[in-house]
Amino acid sequence: MRVRYLPLLATMTVFAALFVTGGVFYKHFFTTLVLGHILADNAFIIIAAIGTTFVILSGGIDLSIGSMIGFVGVVMANLDAAGWHPLASAALMLAFGLAYGAFQGFVIDFCKVQPFIITLAGLFLLRGACFMVNIDSVPLRHPFVDAFADLYIPFPTGGFLTSSAMVMLAALAAAVVIAHFTRFGAKVYAIGGDPASAELMGVPARRTIVSVYALGGFYSALGGVIYALYTSSGYPLAGTGNELSAIAAVVLGGTLLSGGVGLVAGTLFGGMILGLISTLINFNGSLNSAWIMISGGALLFVFIVIQKLLVSSFGLGRAS
Amino acid sequence: MTSDQPPRVELVGISKAFAGVPALDRVDFTLHPGEVHALLGENGAGKSTLIKIMTGALAADAGEMRLDGRAVAVGSTAEARALGISTVYQEVNLVPTLSVARNVTLGREPRRFGLISWRAAREKARARLKRLSLEIDVERALGSFPVAVQQLVAIARALEEDSRVLVLDEPTASLDAQETRLLFRILRDLKAQGMAVVFISHFLDQVYEISDRISVLRNGRLVGSAATAALPQRELITLMLGRELERVEQRAAAAPKAAGAPVLAAEKLGRRRWIEPFDLVLRAGEAIGLAGLLGSGRTETAKLIFGAVRADSGRLTLDGAPLGHASPRRALRRGIAFCPEDRKAEGLVLDLSVRENILLALQTKRGWLRPLPRDEQRRLAEAMIEALGIATSDAEKPVGQLSGGNQQKVVLARALASKPRVLVLDEPTRGIDVGAHAEIVALVRRLCAEGLALLVASSELDEIVAVSDRVAVLRDRRIVGEIAGAEITRETIIELIAGG
Amino acid sequence: MSVNQTIEVAPAPRTLGTRLRGLAGHRAVWPLLALALILAVNGLVSPGFFSIRVVEGRFFGSTIDILYRAMPTAMVALGMAVVIGSKGIDLSVGAIIAICGATIAWRIHAGDPHVVVLLWALGAGLLCGLWNGALVALLGIQPIVATLVLMVSGRGIGLMINLIYGGTNPSFESPFLQSLSVGHVGLIPTRLLLGAASFAALWLLLRRTALGLFIEAVGGNARAADLAGIGSRLVTYSAYLISGLTAGWAGVILTADTHISDPVSQGLYIELDAILAVVIGGGSLAGGRIHLGMTVIGTLIIQALATLILTSGVPPEYNLVVKAVVVLAVLLLQSDDARAALTRRNRARGSLGGGSPGGGSPGGGSPKGGRRR
Repeated sequence: MRVRYLPLLATMTVFAALFVTGGVFYKHFFTTLVLGHILADNAFIIIAAIGTTFVILSGGIDLSIGSMIGFVGVVMANLDAAGWHPLASAALMLAFGLAYGAFQGFVIDFCKVQPFIITLAGLFLLRGACFMVNIDSVPLRHPFVDAFADLYIPFPTGGFLTSSAMVMLAALAAAVVIAHFTRFGAKVYAIGGDPASAELMGVPARRTIVSVYALGGFYSALGGVIYALYTSSGYPLAGTGNELSAIAAVVLGGTLLSGGVGLVAGTLFGGMILGLISTLINFNGSLNSAWIMISGGALLFVFIVIQKLLVSSFGLGRAS
Repeated sequence: MTSDQPPRVELVGISKAFAGVPALDRVDFTLHPGEVHALLGENGAGKSTLIKIMTGALAADAGEMRLDGRAVAVGSTAEARALGISTVYQEVNLVPTLSVARNVTLGREPRRFGLISWRAAREKARARLKRLSLEIDVERALGSFPVAVQQLVAIARALEEDSRVLVLDEPTASLDAQETRLLFRILRDLKAQGMAVVFISHFLDQVYEISDRISVLRNGRLVGSAATAALPQRELITLMLGRELERVEQRAAAAPKAAGAPVLAAEKLGRRRWIEPFDLVLRAGEAIGLAGLLGSGRTETAKLIFGAVRADSGRLTLDGAPLGHASPRRALRRGIAFCPEDRKAEGLVLDLSVRENILLALQTKRGWLRPLPRDEQRRLAEAMIEALGIATSDAEKPVGQLSGGNQQKVVLARALASKPRVLVLDEPTRGIDVGAHAEIVALVRRLCAEGLALLVASSELDEIVAVSDRVAVLRDRRIVGEIAGAEITRETIIELIAGG
Repeated sequence: MSVNQTIEVAPAPRTLGTRLRGLAGHRAVWPLLALALILAVNGLVSPGFFSIRVVEGRFFGSTIDILYRAMPTAMVALGMAVVIGSKGIDLSVGAIIAICGATIAWRIHAGDPHVVVLLWALGAGLLCGLWNGALVALLGIQPIVATLVLMVSGRGIGLMINLIYGGTNPSFESPFLQSLSVGHVGLIPTRLLLGAASFAALWLLLRRTALGLFIEAVGGNARAADLAGIGSRLVTYSAYLISGLTAGWAGVILTADTHISDPVSQGLYIELDAILAVVIGGGSLAGGRIHLGMTVIGTLIIQALATLILTSGVPPEYNLVVKAVVVLAVLLLQSDDARAALTRRNRARGSLGGGSPGGGSPGGGSPKGGRRR
């Protein structure tokens, strides 16, 4: 067992434990149906979180995710009303996400300002843009949206894999390849681990940073597309606070917020843990959303402390 | 060496300044194939700058570089790599969070069908490491290995199949004797294959063991270059320690003063891998010099005495009473002040004003609840600015905007403002011009006359000779001798350093 | 880090009196100009903007309104300025406000005297600061991550407190607390007096003790501060305590205003406004300086801008976009690095002409300089 897989193992253990706990307490919980629902409900956030994983691996952070999800939905809904095919508007929005992320990355590298503050401005900008497009919820009426929603692969025991979950898994597969089997991925890990060394080792800092944020923008736009199709509407407040969920999913998935260490696949389980918690709490009628937030924070705390211990006892992080 | 072929690398008239402060001044450097060329000099002499220019990490302001007789422009580390120049920087410049295999292959990962083949990458890494007789788990994170292994991994990464020049900046700093032997064996192999090696080290024994030629830099200038066999160790040390202060008057009274009462005494004080246990007594009105080459333990001794670093053996007594466990705050409260060697990293808060920086230590001594009244702050700052001749338009200027010499004086002013009985100065004249240099030396002597107990660590031998009543000489992290009074001359100190 | 700052800068022409405090003087000019400009445009858009009338025995007018609305954010921003001065950041201030609101409702329903309730609320804020400080100063977790924990869970804790006695969004009546928030003393709204008093108290705490200097020293260079005998951990800790307390105070004002505990939306995004206020006021996120006065100016700029958007007939939805554009503009103007990057590029180009080896290396002048963080 490699040390760097330990956090992923911890994440998977927590997920399994939560799932089994649910099964012990509630009838009908321990089924593929529940699993399918969790996958479907959280697909968009996991997709966005996958993009965030790259950004965090590179030592940065992206707060504009939630706004991007909202903005993509609103624009798609309006283009839908204007007669666009959802696939065409989706393609447009993916290109927009890519360009917007690249812009953020460029400003971060050029101004040498913390990514936090730039992407915070990005959050405001996109959320404001949502309101500028329209204030109310607009439905997506194109028949393709229904067709997309009806598309699923049934599981043996009554569950199903929805189309959004399939897109998510495909996006994850692509991300795994990018992160672990391309030179770009290797550079992201290097620059997140130690930017100064990485530059001395020949990693082009600006190109890598810009690409990372572009990738992050692309994935959050894809999350937005899936959210719009899944809810078949565009709502300017959609995705509010999702940046925090995405970051939490990344951290729960075992990626170090200091950058350079982590696995993209972990984010899937991190997001699933968050989804599982809210499902569990929904199953128990007496608990409420307070528990979702508190348990999310508590898990975050536990994982941060675990990471701290791993870094110091296994030399997982930087030596100094 | 080989005179029938052109030198592998030839640097001619290289100059480089950082923000107006010259780091290199018309330096020439020649490196032949099949040669290990040692580059020596104190901290800040310009070694690192020179090799960074050679390896494309920095651009020179003036001068020319020739490779095998052809003029080349090396615009980036990648271009240097392509020309066959491989570098291992001083601190291991690899990414500790990545695995060994990834570190060795970063940017050059073997690919199949456009995707990285990690199996091939691991094989490549193992093969590279095997050349250095290193067999380790290449999938473990680099940071989890001892520094010595990391150092060898860095060399493995640097050594491409087509490397023609290998630059090693302090490669043995963190290696033990056996690891060093291994490294030297590898270097001799490479040498035999015609590799040209630049070897930077402060271990003179090692330099004499491995190098064919030695060049010495001091204050950004080349002060000497000779075949190793033709350069006796004594002469080398003389070159390295310089004669900057020839015009500064020598001590007026050579006769040892009547020493005051012991103030601070170290008994068997030491710390593993830091400095061997030593005894040292500081007396009121007496200046003690700490002399030695780079890496001999000067800074370490000074920091241990101040309490910036905790000792793991022995004890410190102040006026005969044990000092308990050390911390900067405790030391300051007891009247011990310290001026660190590295002004920017450890001395000053650059964004704060001159006044605030001067105030800091005194304020710590008083505690946060008893702030020095504004008027007194201003008076103190102005008094210090005047007493030390700090060139600043006013006390409210951010200290980062002052010149190096004036910054150094601010550090000194801060220590003095806390009204210490014991003052520990580490390299008080590092990187400042000759005028300020003489002023600071004069100041130190005056302070001493006023009854302060002084400890001065310095790489400038003449400075030590000029200020000290007693000198402790360090070598290989050990105090190897103590001399006083008329014995204090350049020659006796060099003798002790050279291992007489 | 800043190699280029250590040069002997040619003495600036100092014809304009020496009391101009160098950089600080420079820094203050732009935000003040921006505020003046926004207020002037406000005055153009709505004619009665600068008039202050007395209605129902109190001052009334747009300028008063801006001050009135800005006060809670200003409180939070002041605490944030202290944390940022220590080279940290506190993302949890919004959550702290939620917790304070819930604490107030809870203790009032429990029947505590309302002065005691006030102490409870401030105590809750302090407790949150204690938690954040422990994570940052004792466990050594980076501030963004450490305060993220409370940011994520804090609003849940607020909801939990509400659940203790059964309500979801319990309302309450408290003449005492409401008088603090929406009441007025003579002609002046109470909260402005309280804001001024809190500002003065914080200023005294930072500038009439050595705490401010210590925090700035730690934020500027923690290692140098430690060697100068300043215990950097304790000093860092104090910054988070202050931020917890000021956020708690803002929570009291906001909650008493609405007299309802609404943990989900109370003070939503206030951490962002607070950080923006510090940045607009000229504070560097890299730490090392605390500008209390400028932080208040920054808050007022944000609020005046919001008012302008509201009164000029532009839909309020544009507020966020304008805010974002302002931030980006300020960052670009302030960024020393951006300017340095430009000059460095020019310098590298210049050295190429001399036939020297190597042109401008992409690594720039300092390949070892830390880039981010």
